[in-house]
Amino acid sequence: MNWFNKLKSGIRTLVRKRMPENIWVKCERCEQIVYRKKLEQNTGICPHCKHHFRISSAEYIAAVLDVDSFEEIGREVKSADPLAFVDLQPYPDRIKEYRKRTNMDAAVLAGVGKINDVPVGIAVHEFGFMGGSLGSAEGERICRVIDRCMRDQLPLIIVCRSGGARMQESIFSLMQMAKVNAKLSQFADAGLLFISVLIDPTTAGVNASYASIGDINIAEPNALIGFTGSRITGSSVSASEMEALRQAQRAEQVLEHGFVDMIVSRDKMRSTLSQLIEMLSKNPSEVTS
Amino acid sequence: MSDRSYLDFEQPLAELEEKIAALRERAKAEGLDVTDAIEVLEKRHEKLERDIFRNLTRWQKYQLSRHPQRPYSLDYIDRITSDFIELHGDRCSGNDQAIVGGLAYFEGHPIVVIGQQKGRNTSENLKRNFGLPHPEGYRKALRLMQLAAKFGRPVLCMVDTPGAFPGLASEQRSISEAIARNLLEMARLPVPIVVAIIGEGASGGALGIGVGDQILMLENAWYSVINPESCSLILWRNRDKRTEAAEAMKIAAEDLLALGIIDCIVPEPYGGAHRNVELAAQNLKKAVSDALAEIVKIPVENLSKLRVEKFNRMGIWEEFR
Ligand SMILES: [Zn+2]
Repeated sequence: MNWFNKLKSGIRTLVRKRMPENIWVKCERCEQIVYRKKLEQNTGICPHCKHHFRISSAEYIAAVLDVDSFEEIGREVKSADPLAFVDLQPYPDRIKEYRKRTNMDAAVLAGVGKINDVPVGIAVHEFGFMGGSLGSAEGERICRVIDRCMRDQLPLIIVCRSGGARMQESIFSLMQMAKVNAKLSQFADAGLLFISVLIDPTTAGVNASYASIGDINIAEPNALIGFTGSRITGSSVSASEMEALRQAQRAEQVLEHGFVDMIVSRDKMRSTLSQLIEMLSKNPSEVTS
Repeated sequence: MSDRSYLDFEQPLAELEEKIAALRERAKAEGLDVTDAIEVLEKRHEKLERDIFRNLTRWQKYQLSRHPQRPYSLDYIDRITSDFIELHGDRCSGNDQAIVGGLAYFEGHPIVVIGQQKGRNTSENLKRNFGLPHPEGYRKALRLMQLAAKFGRPVLCMVDTPGAFPGLASEQRSISEAIARNLLEMARLPVPIVVAIIGEGASGGALGIGVGDQILMLENAWYSVINPESCSLILWRNRDKRTEAAEAMKIAAEDLLALGIIDCIVPEPYGGAHRNVELAAQNLKKAVSDALAEIVKIPVENLSKLRVEKFNRMGIWEEFR
């Protein structure tokens, strides 16, 4: 299956080429030169070392959903500046900048679609929009998808890739953790399936809310997953402690400690999601062996 | 007042108090009558104190919330409940002492009370991990809340933490999962939950016991996504913008009331809760009592729905179709 063509036809308006434009790309891990087309056909996985390149939320959706099946929800919900926040730069200027860069109005792309003809709700963090951080618009977009899933009895997939809560929205960003998880409590009571997919990186506020409480948690290989984000600089933590911490936050260690169910490489994500959804559906089809 | 400890912005008061004390001493030694002079100085002290405490900045309130003599959860539990029986352990891997909890009577009714607990001195702080809970603390809190649910008891949570513990042990037992689980389970707990932010409400560590039907906050407490020092370091890339960070983040009780995050501000005694712990406790007790009186009017089966709606309203975004 040609993953990149699917993307082009599926959600043309949302295509953002996050991967370098050049025909050849250097892998940041193994430093081998990779043919870009090859990378795109392989959901952004390096053919030499299996390193998972960062792909956009739209590309992720194209990689897991059926062609042309995605319908966006909550697009009208856009990041605002509730506190007139100014640090080194006014927050609205930052939003504008990231809007230009990603053509998105918030750091989550959400909607409904199908995986092997089975309808699902999906929300994917866009790391290119302020590090995928969680603010009011992101929380609202996720909640609207959860509402849709409850209305239509759909399984929910949230693909988390985020540095955490968005500081420029201060208390409002913190409250999004409670807001989404509160909504998920109703979703759980409705007996519906929630699969959390944790990709690199999933830290801080997002990790400490919905990312960690899927009925099933799936991580991508080598993803950084943890509470203490990369921004804990200048603290009293020593370099060796930090190194141990970062080790413990690798997906493989998180699996070892019992907080994700499995590690799945991106090219197998679609089929894995499909199988899990089928096995936990209300009317699973019988398998004869 | 000699054992009172002073914050930087209280220094002018300290100096004046010293002056008064010195004058008294000299008068005593030399047999002089300084009544008038002292009266003048005391008037000046009164005015100075008023000026300082009427116009506290958010950063100054932040400092008050971290005052070394500020009352902690157990100080309030002692004063606003009776017959407290502490319960220990998360039934998984340990007993965290940065979160205490147990059964107690509040105005004659049994409740479950949970609070984040700092230490008063070095050895206490080692035991309490400076009020930075590990996953076991949040899991113990959840266990006690589920005990409350089973027996239909209201829950009172007192928030006072500089953050959840960000270390290796915390990661290995997933502090994230522990907090996340609490957010979900607290949203659907079928008994009343009153949350009181009594000191520091730092980020996910605070929120991990902070979901409830009514959120109360002491006048000088703070509550936000990150503390002003770290915010300064991350957003301004510089340690010195902590006062600006405190202002920009709107961390004070009156901000959060205006933003619809909390339901009620609990007044503190003049100069901060530590200046009169009895009065602070009395005010807190009244606020908890009022909150509970309102919540118990709600049919239990509606609690969770209303709680989810309460948090669903939080957030501000733009919306154009
Ligand atoms: Zn490679």
